[in-house]
Amino acid sequence: MYRYDEFDHKFVAERTAQFRDQAARRLSGEITEDEFRPLRLMNGLYLQLHAYMLRVAIPYGTLSGKQMRQLAYIADKYDRGYGHFTTRQNIQYNWIKLEDTADILQALADVEMHAIQTSGNCIRNVTTDHWAGAAADELADPRPIAELIRQWSSLHPEFSFLPRKFKVAITGAPHDRAAVKVHDIGLRMHKNDAGAIGWEVMVGGGQGRTPMIAVTVRDFLPEKEVIPYLEAIMRVYNLFGRRDNKYKARIKILVHELGAEKFKSEVEAEYARHPAQSTEVDERELARISAYFKAPAYEKLSRFAPHFEEAKRANPEFARWAKNNLAAHLVDGYTIVNISLKPEGGIPGDATGEQMRVMSTLAELYSFDELRVSHAQNIVLAHVKLEDAFAVWEALVASDMAAANYGLIGDIIACPGLDYCALATARSIPVAQAISRKFANVATQEHYGAVKLNISGCINACGHHHVGHIGILGLDKKGEEFYQITLGGSSSENASIGTILGPGFAAHEVPDAIETILNTYVKLRTSGEEFLHTYRRLGPAPFKEALYAAA
Amino acid sequence: MPLLKNNAFVSDEWTTLDDEAVLPEGGKIIVSFTRLAKDWDTLAKFPGVLGVKLANTDKIDSLAPYLSQVAIIVLAFPAFTDGRAYSLARGLRLDGYRGELRAEGNLLPDQLQYMHQVGFDSFIVNDRFPLQSWQAASHQMSLAYQRGLFRVAGEGEVWSQRHQGFAPWEEQPHAG
Amino acid sequence: MSIIEKGQVMTANRLRDGDAVFLTRSGEWSEKVDDAVLALEPLAVTALEARAAKDVEATLVTGQYLIKAERLDGKIRAIEMRERMRTTGPTVRLDLGKQADGTAGAFAAVEA
Repeated sequence: MYRYDEFDHKFVAERTAQFRDQAARRLSGEITEDEFRPLRLMNGLYLQLHAYMLRVAIPYGTLSGKQMRQLAYIADKYDRGYGHFTTRQNIQYNWIKLEDTADILQALADVEMHAIQTSGNCIRNVTTDHWAGAAADELADPRPIAELIRQWSSLHPEFSFLPRKFKVAITGAPHDRAAVKVHDIGLRMHKNDAGAIGWEVMVGGGQGRTPMIAVTVRDFLPEKEVIPYLEAIMRVYNLFGRRDNKYKARIKILVHELGAEKFKSEVEAEYARHPAQSTEVDERELARISAYFKAPAYEKLSRFAPHFEEAKRANPEFARWAKNNLAAHLVDGYTIVNISLKPEGGIPGDATGEQMRVMSTLAELYSFDELRVSHAQNIVLAHVKLEDAFAVWEALVASDMAAANYGLIGDIIACPGLDYCALATARSIPVAQAISRKFANVATQEHYGAVKLNISGCINACGHHHVGHIGILGLDKKGEEFYQITLGGSSSENASIGTILGPGFAAHEVPDAIETILNTYVKLRTSGEEFLHTYRRLGPAPFKEALYAAA
Repeated sequence: MPLLKNNAFVSDEWTTLDDEAVLPEGGKIIVSFTRLAKDWDTLAKFPGVLGVKLANTDKIDSLAPYLSQVAIIVLAFPAFTDGRAYSLARGLRLDGYRGELRAEGNLLPDQLQYMHQVGFDSFIVNDRFPLQSWQAASHQMSLAYQRGLFRVAGEGEVWSQRHQGFAPWEEQPHAG
Repeated sequence: MSIIEKGQVMTANRLRDGDAVFLTRSGEWSEKVDDAVLALEPLAVTALEARAAKDVEATLVTGQYLIKAERLDGKIRAIEMRERMRTTGPTVRLDLGKQADGTAGAFAAVEA
């Protein structure tokens, strides 16, 4: 994974000093809250319902054991002993003090981390496939270009006061695990006949109030042109994106209002008018970065792992976890371990300092010292030997991270909601907990098969409910919490926005409603057919009928 | 309102003219883009030096025919969170404009480096902040990852420094 | 018989540590909503706004706004769920926030 050189170190050191100065000037009254707000947001610091919240960047979701340990240290020393992993592969702390923040940024800089641009009207964390570098279907690791874009977008002087936030996602595999089609810019890797890498550039996806799927503006952009082409897109957005209405300020609205063809021609005109003088340095820098993402020193192993097989035979719990939480690795004898942060009745995506330390140790011992955060709020150990899987599982069991529900109904994605967030209209976590408890039995979850359930506590959709196979949106109806259910969303390469089924439900009705939906699916599915498939085949009608037919 | 240039408060040699105001005999005058376009026949013969002030909704394409005729372009920041002028400035520099670029608005010292980097030379600022605040802010970050931007002394480009020996991005020299 | 009085309370976040605080009769900011002054009439509300604005200027607090509240036997409860949570803490972590620090409002707890 990427390691800082002297330049990166100096950059975050100066940035930390800059924030320390800005915070001091705020506390002394030299700058007002209105002036300080965008500055602190560009360092990830929000003011929320109970306290400040700090969102720390985990670039493209990759971090080392040492970095995870530092996140644990920060949780213990400056927060309440836990952190929350987010749907953009970052981590959030909910009980932060402004007066501690510069010290926290220093602690992050000490381990090559930062909180730069995790909020604000600027380019945010570039996210990618949490199985990058390990999945068999990948063309190539997308993280070098993600790192290139991260650097280029950091403190970009032209694009730090955009109309609104800007999110980029990248996939190196045809099966999109990074939700690129619902991002402001999505990049998908392709290879031409000569084996050269090019990027499909998609613009204008997004969720929130007006969910939209991105349009493709370039089918095959040569890799060396990525930075100058992104500059052209950003310049068009910065100049012409709406600034009159916060809810119409994303690039998706600009694409929609101009129309895809006109938008594309504006970008191409800008790109032609101001081309990059040369891309040699970009290419050199990408090559330099790529060296950090070479394949780890895999051992030559057999596909057959006897210790692993024996452990499964001897321990049905382990066998169940192995079946659900392990994913195929491109190298024989290795596996991808998906650690579920969704224990029964727990808060999705939360981890204690102690749990973070356990995961650090596991990464250091068993996965080449590398962890990933997925946008489904789970943690991945990408390169574990099958023969080590049992040892990993035992450690996870001991620290309550062995829920065997990866990708099943218990693997709920939920935003923090009204319990924490000043923007929310309803609570999301209690609904997640109730559903989790209802479907606690893993055999039941397996019976329902792969299904993505996403819960958002308000229309901003940070829980990504629009692209859940089952989505739940929490609203407020005359002071009461009230939940709308959508079906049929998907964040894959066949992306779709879910459709609202009908009138909403009170909180206590939601778990039964989910059960009704799932039972309807089971009744109507063909052999081996997954939930989303059945829904797409049959449409909402049978589900509506089951939910709303008179009792 | 103080005029900040080269890390000092300086006196302003320019006079901004209302759209209806009579042209002086000479000197350095700034007119709105509306007037520049409308009265070009008269202004082209102006014996002094011309400058233009853009609204940040003006398109710089329309300014193209006048770029070599003006010595200063003033861009407005209606709110410091409105970042359009950064792209207007950058576009003007990429289009080859070499005169002075001035920013005007409720600017914060924390924006100063960004504004320099996209090509601004001078700034009409709020007198809330003492000169020291502006000076301190002008070199808070000594490194930038982006290439082809404008640098003050001591500021470095990370990618260029990592990969020396390649053709540097040619910066157009400009006033200020 | 106890009567319930309805009015408004001024809340803000303390600037340096972000704690949710409430404006008291003496002009101090307390972490506990029960200490807050309940403004029953428009003039009292205006006074709260003026005081809060002054303390924002003095960099004590930030993000000030009024919340609808009611008082019974000296104890104050925010009307809306969101604001009630501000006075107690997250409903999903009863071990965190004011409810754990002993600074939650003592009025009947909201149903979890």
